[in-house]
Amino acid sequence: MKTVESKRPTREIKVVRRVLAVNERMAEQNRRRFAEKGVFVINVMSSPGSGKTTTLQKTLERLMPGVKAAVIVGDVATTHDADRLAVTGAPVVQVNTDAFGGDCHLAAHVIEKAADDIDLDAIELLIVENVGNLVCPAEFDIGEDARVVVLSVTEGEDKPVKYPTMFRTCDAAILNKIDLLPHLDYDKDQAVAYIRQVNPAMPVFEISARTGAGMDAWIGWLKGKVSSKLKAQS
Amino acid sequence: MGIALQIIEIATASIPPDMRAARVERVNLKIGKLSAVVPDSLRFCFDIVSKDTLLAGAALAIEETPVVARCKECDARWSITEPVFTCKACNSGALEILSGRELDIVSIEIAEEGGHENSGE
Repeated sequence: MKTVESKRPTREIKVVRRVLAVNERMAEQNRRRFAEKGVFVINVMSSPGSGKTTTLQKTLERLMPGVKAAVIVGDVATTHDADRLAVTGAPVVQVNTDAFGGDCHLAAHVIEKAADDIDLDAIELLIVENVGNLVCPAEFDIGEDARVVVLSVTEGEDKPVKYPTMFRTCDAAILNKIDLLPHLDYDKDQAVAYIRQVNPAMPVFEISARTGAGMDAWIGWLKGKVSSKLKAQS
Repeated sequence: MGIALQIIEIATASIPPDMRAARVERVNLKIGKLSAVVPDSLRFCFDIVSKDTLLAGAALAIEETPVVARCKECDARWSITEPVFTCKACNSGALEILSGRELDIVSIEIAEEGGHENSGE
């Protein structure tokens, strides 16, 4: 279909609406629902292959059973990630976005539906593993309390400046696979400097999900967030 | 893709009932440079998902708005053109983003009757 520059008279109709207004309303509704239950929600985002699922698997192993957690996993297709996370004993709800048009992100209405399959009274932490993508998920509020971006030292150091919107909207960054640093030319200081350049106040957790290095600081941060939400509720 | 669908939904709902047979020529959008939307990708998605809708064939006119920041420490204001989010004047990292995150549908333009219409209605 070709678009031809038309000189025919047209009538302009004012609309002036936020394109994502519907999603934003639904996200607020989710946020209220989670707040009532005292559930802290994190939205975990990354590019594909950063080790997000392994990071979450190791995170759950360290949190549970002290912190009662559940997971919503978004993927375009397959249940591989959900299967890996279910091993930890946490309730896992898989969302395949191909049912929603193969979307590259999770939207608020998808989370609303998925949350119906979770006993919110029985948990304190809901982890949402978003679809691996550093672009679109940044634009979709799902009703989360905090956003975390995972990147790994096998990617380019300049990811933060290539995807500034993602790094601006996140509350913490995890730099994963640091056990591989001796084998790579990756300039970790440069990567952290790029993160700080885009989001100066953001905490950066340098970890290896595989070896467990650096996990304590990340777990400490997350536990602090969960308990402050519980306190806010009571 | 989700964004293109939302644009179609909002634009369709904005067409006055008496103009449903008319052609939507153009959708005017305001998109901030700090939004996660890449105009060319959005156009590509829009062309695909607008087929068989009242928006089929409509052009997306995208006005990109600059990223304007204000420093919370020294009140300096400037346009951010590179991914550096520290104050140019005092180097503080406490910024307020005044614009650049927009993702708004401003208006739609509908062809007036009496053009080269070959509508069966």
